[in-house]
Amino acid sequence: MSSRDMVILSYRVNPEDFAKAGDASSNTKKVLKKLGIPSDITRRVAIVTYEAEINITIHSNGGEIIVSIDKAKIEIIARDYGPGIPDIDRAMEKGYSTASDHVREMGFGAGMGLPNMKRCSDEFQIESQKGKGTTVTSTIYIHD
Amino acid sequence: MNVNELCRNLGLNPVAGQKGMDRAVNGAYAGDLLSFVMANASKGNVWVTIQAHANIVAVASLIEMACIIVAAGVEVDGDTLDKANGEGIPILTTGDDTYTLCCKLHDLGV
Repeated sequence: MSSRDMVILSYRVNPEDFAKAGDASSNTKKVLKKLGIPSDITRRVAIVTYEAEINITIHSNGGEIIVSIDKAKIEIIARDYGPGIPDIDRAMEKGYSTASDHVREMGFGAGMGLPNMKRCSDEFQIESQKGKGTTVTSTIYIHD
Repeated sequence: MNVNELCRNLGLNPVAGQKGMDRAVNGAYAGDLLSFVMANASKGNVWVTIQAHANIVAVASLIEMACIIVAAGVEVDGDTLDKANGEGIPILTTGDDTYTLCCKLHDLGV
C-alpha cells in the first residue's frame, strides 16, 4: 500500500441476526491479511470489529461498521441507530451487561465487549445519545 | 502435535472442518463466554467449550485457534458445521465433560 492509498470497508449489521454476526469481522480480517498487515495488529482489529458487531446485534436497532485502513493506522467506526446507552461509565465496567438471559446462554453478554475493545485500541471513543444511537470509534496504529 | 493426532489420541469425533486437521496445536483454552475466549485464547490453541452455535466458528477463526472441541456430548448445530467446513476449522466432539477432557489434554502434553 502506498502512503496515499486508503481502503475503506463498510458493513451493515442487523439487530438479532446472530447467524450473520461475525461476517463483517471475518471479512475485515481477510482483507488485512491480504494487505500484509502484521498479525498482532490484525488480531486486535478482529477483536474490536467482532465485539462491535456483537454489540450492535444484541443491543441496537441495527447499525454499521466502517473500517478505514491506511499506511499508518486502522480506524473502526461502529455506529448504530439507537436506543443509546443510558450510562456509559457503567457500560465500560468489566462484567456489567444489560443482555437478556437468552443471549447470555449463548455465551454473549459477559460484560466484556466494550472493555475488550478499549484494551485492543490505541485510541478509543464512545458517544451515545438516548433515542438516537451510539458511535464507538477505535484507532489502532500500525507499527513498522 | 496436530489436530489429527490429537483427535486420534483422545478418541474424539471429527464432525466438521476436515481440511484443517493438519493445523498445529500449541495449547488449550476452556470457556463458554465468547468475549473471554476472544480476549484470552491464543493462536494455535485448542478451544474446549459447550457452546455449539455458529458464532463459535467466527471466534475460533478470528483468533486462529487450531480447532474447537465441543464437550459434554452437546450436539453441534447444522449451520455451525457448514460454517466450520467453509472456514476449515475442525470441530471435534466428545462425551467427556470439560474438566475430564482438559485433564486428558494435560496428560497428553497439550
